[in-house]
Formats: sequence, C-alpha cells, structure tokens
Amino acid sequence: MFVYADNAATTKMSRAAVEAMLPYLDEAYGNPSSLHTAGQRASAAVQSARNTVAELLHADPKEIIFTSGGSEADNQAILSAAALGAKHGKKHLISTAFEHHAVLHTLRKLEKDGYEVTLLPVHENGIVTAEEVAAAIRDDTCLVSVMFANNEIGSIQPIGEIGAVCRKRGVLFHTDAVQAVGHVPIDVQALQVDLLSLSAHKFHGPKGVGVLYARRGVLLTSLIEGGAQERGKRAGTENVPGIVSAAAALRESCDHMAETSARLIRLGNKLIDGLRTVPHAALNGDAVQRLPGNVNFCFEGIEGESLLLLLDQRGIEASSGSACTSGALDPSHVLLAIGRPHEVAHGSLRLSLSRYTTEEEVDYMLSEIPPVVEYLREMSPVWKDMERGVKPHLL
Amino acid sequence: MALYSEKVMDHFLHPRNVGEIPDADGVGEVGNAKCGDIMKIYLKIDGDIITDVKFNTFGCGSAIASSSMATEMIKGKPLSEVKKLTNQAVTEALDGLPAHKIHCSVLAEEAIQSALEDYRRRQEEAEQ
Ligand SMILES: Cc1ncc(COP(=O)(O)O)c(C=O)c1O
Ligand SMILES: [Zn+2]
Repeated sequence: MFVYADNAATTKMSRAAVEAMLPYLDEAYGNPSSLHTAGQRASAAVQSARNTVAELLHADPKEIIFTSGGSEADNQAILSAAALGAKHGKKHLISTAFEHHAVLHTLRKLEKDGYEVTLLPVHENGIVTAEEVAAAIRDDTCLVSVMFANNEIGSIQPIGEIGAVCRKRGVLFHTDAVQAVGHVPIDVQALQVDLLSLSAHKFHGPKGVGVLYARRGVLLTSLIEGGAQERGKRAGTENVPGIVSAAAALRESCDHMAETSARLIRLGNKLIDGLRTVPHAALNGDAVQRLPGNVNFCFEGIEGESLLLLLDQRGIEASSGSACTSGALDPSHVLLAIGRPHEVAHGSLRLSLSRYTTEEEVDYMLSEIPPVVEYLREMSPVWKDMERGVKPHLL
Repeated sequence: MALYSEKVMDHFLHPRNVGEIPDADGVGEVGNAKCGDIMKIYLKIDGDIITDVKFNTFGCGSAIASSSMATEMIKGKPLSEVKKLTNQAVTEALDGLPAHKIHCSVLAEEAIQSALEDYRRRQEEAEQ
C-alpha cells in the first residue's frame, strides 16, 4: 500500500487545478501586459482569478497581489509593515517563537537593520493568546505577525481575537495563513486581518504561486522592481497558468471545505486515538484547535529520521521534526517552543492528510507505525535505559 | 529515498550485530540524546581478538548504518587493528554519506574507542 501523508509539506494538484492551467500553457499564452487579443485574454484570466481569490477571502480584488509563493508573501508583508512603521518612528515588531522560517528569518533580518523583535512564547498546546499579544504591544509597535495555523503541529491560533486587539491598538496585523487557507473558513474582514499570506500548493494548487492580501490603505513595499504588474507592487510577467490554477484550486477547496474537514477531523482523530495506544507517546499541539488531518506525535526513545526511512520502506510518506532530517543540530524549533525537551523532539512524526486520504490508508498507517516504533526502541540505548529505570521517562 | 547509498540502506534496513552483551569485556557509549544520536557498543575480547560485538543506537539512518558497518569491520579483528579504525574508513565502506550526515557516523568510531578504553580500564583494575 502507498500512503502520502505529507500534505502539510505539499499536496497533489487536483484534476480541476491541472485542467484550469492547461489552456494558458500553449493556447492562451499571451502576456497580460500586451495590448493584443492574446494578451488581453491572459489579462482577463488573471483578473478573474484575482476576483475569485478575493471573493473567497472576503476581500476586494484590489487587495490581492499574486506572488511566487507563501515565502515571498510573508517577506513582503513584514518588510512592508516595517517600512511603514519606520516612517513614524515605530520599529518594534511582535511575532511568535514557532512561526515558519519565512517569517522568522525576515524578522531576524530586520533586527540586524535596527528593528526590535519580540517573539512571544507558545503554550504547551501550541497556542498564543490574544491577551499575550495585547500585553506585548508598545507605543512603537508597527506589526503583529501570528500564523493562522502552525505547519508542524497544526494548532490554530485565535486570529479573530488577535485581530480585534491589533485593530483597537492601531497596529497592523499579519497572519501567515499558508496552512489554513482552503482548509478552514477565513474572512479577512471579520477577522480584522490587515495582511495575509497564502500558498497554492498547500491546497492542491500549483507550487510557486502565492497571494498576499493587503487591506486597502496598507502600502506595500515592492521586493521586485521592474514592470508595473500587480499595481506596481510586484514586478514580473504574471505566472498566468499558475495563477489561474491557484484560483481554481482554492475555489474547489472552499466549495468542499465543510465535508472535507468533517471527514479529515474524523480520520485524524482515528489516527490520534490509535497512536495514543503506543506507550510513552504524546500528541503535539492542541487536540481540538487543530487543522483537520494534522497528526503530530512524539515517540520517546527513538529518532525521527530512521522512523521516516522505515515508514517510507512500507510505502508511508511522512515527515519529522528531528534534527537529522534537516541536517541541523537542533530539532524543530516548533517542538522546542511548545516545551518538548530536545531528546523527545527528535522522535517526532507528522502525518498530514488530505481530501484524497482514504480510511484504508489510515488503517494501514495504524497497523504499520506502532511496530516500527517498537522495532526502533528495541535497538535504542535511550529506550532501554528508560525501561530499566536508569533514566526517567519524559513522556 | 536517494539520500543514502544502497550500502547504507542495506545496513540501515538490515543492521548487523544489534543487541547487547551482558558479560561484555568493554562497553562504550557516546553522543547524547540532545543532539539526536547515541551509540552504545559492547565488546567481547579474547586475548587480543574481538570475538563478539553488539550495538544499540538511537539515531538516524546514517548513525544506525555506520554502527552496523563499524561492528562488522572490527569483528574477529586484533585490537591493534581495531584501534586504527577511522570514521573515514567506515564511511568509505558504506560508499559514502551525505556531507551533513558525516557527523552522525563519527559516533561509531568514538563508541568503539570508548569501549576499548573501558576494556583497558577494567584490565588495569583486574591487575591491581
Ligand atoms: C506556515 C508556512 N508559511 C510559509 C510557507 C512557505 O510557503 P512556500 O513554500 O509557498 O514559499 C510554508 C510552506 O512551506 C508554511 O507551511
Ligand atoms: Zn544523525
């Protein structure tokens, strides 16, 4: 059996998304900036895609700019807010310790440029509260950036409450919604979000296409200079096939969101309940406030990369926050942020489902994973020390 | 996955000499759980020869495969030869490792040297 359970990394493109893109590859291949018919057809397609994305986020089409992905959208949102803040002498930014590196590394760059950054700690369940955000806001704060849902542990943040706090205090609010868009309902107006990033390949759209929503009146800084595409905020000939396909994928995901999420919550809970029977294992992230289909566990006494390799041999493709999977020396900053000790964080496993995941696949994972964990524990000196009482169990 | 050579995958999937030796003559443990790789080696030594060796490893594919390969390389060998075992030799025997994985394999060499030291210490204690 083959199970792709790494949908938080990327998803398979849907049929609808593939088909939406095809005509714009070799038929309607004009440059949207060209005056002729072919160009205008491409331009209309991009505009239509913009309208679709705007409608689904409850935004205005003028508030949507297409980017090369989630990372670019994150970079541009943060750098824009920082530039706006600097004009008023406001050079303090607030974010959280468990953001994606597209956010964290952009903030680090700003720190080198003389900005001050506060990274809020994250609770054990992977959630930051609006009260904590409120308490961190200062007179010179120019941006709060809190991810909608965490990419590793799936915990969903109280975005509406944080939005309300920021609006009240007159601080711009950005959310990296890359993992959430297309999976949970999002209304940028109701949530009082000023800036939002999304990425098409996380909801069965193409890779290399993202969106930055910027509320009217929030002046963006252009990261790429050149032509006047995207209202002068993002130069470069538009990725027409990708943009059209991204909008089609988003439409499809939103159309099926209710049924998909009900199914994925059920399948995810089945996986969670099954994996909980493994001794000395623990779910990472909040049990309820989490993305449908995100399952993230720590198994004590084993290391994640060897777990992934053995699961891959059995046809299960997943991911881990262990140091050795990334070539880094530290395990995932997300797992450390929620308080997992290093030795436990190395033994993490993320299974992320999609609307293509079947019940049989879930059952298969439940039959394969526990014995693999046990096999690795049997050769682990750490596990043996714990079982013999030489070292304490941490989970 | 094409991350590792066939040799590495073979030793990772079918590790040789996994286990413990309760009455080992030398035991070495290196690494720590914090950094993600720990290796424990048990040696049985008769005269000058490693007659048996077993290992337990907590770690990635590279760590497990190099543990397995290293134990194969020292089994039945005289101590004089074992002392000269280098991480590079283990890596070469595995047909190489990705650059960022070399540090995981260093443990194999270190664990063996640590077990040899333990053996020497025990010998000295026995003599006294
Ligand atoms: C939370 C989050 N932010 C940003 C990104 C980056 O998106 P992209 O791969 O489209 O640049 C990802 C995906 O890897 C993500 O999960
Ligand atoms: Zn390693």
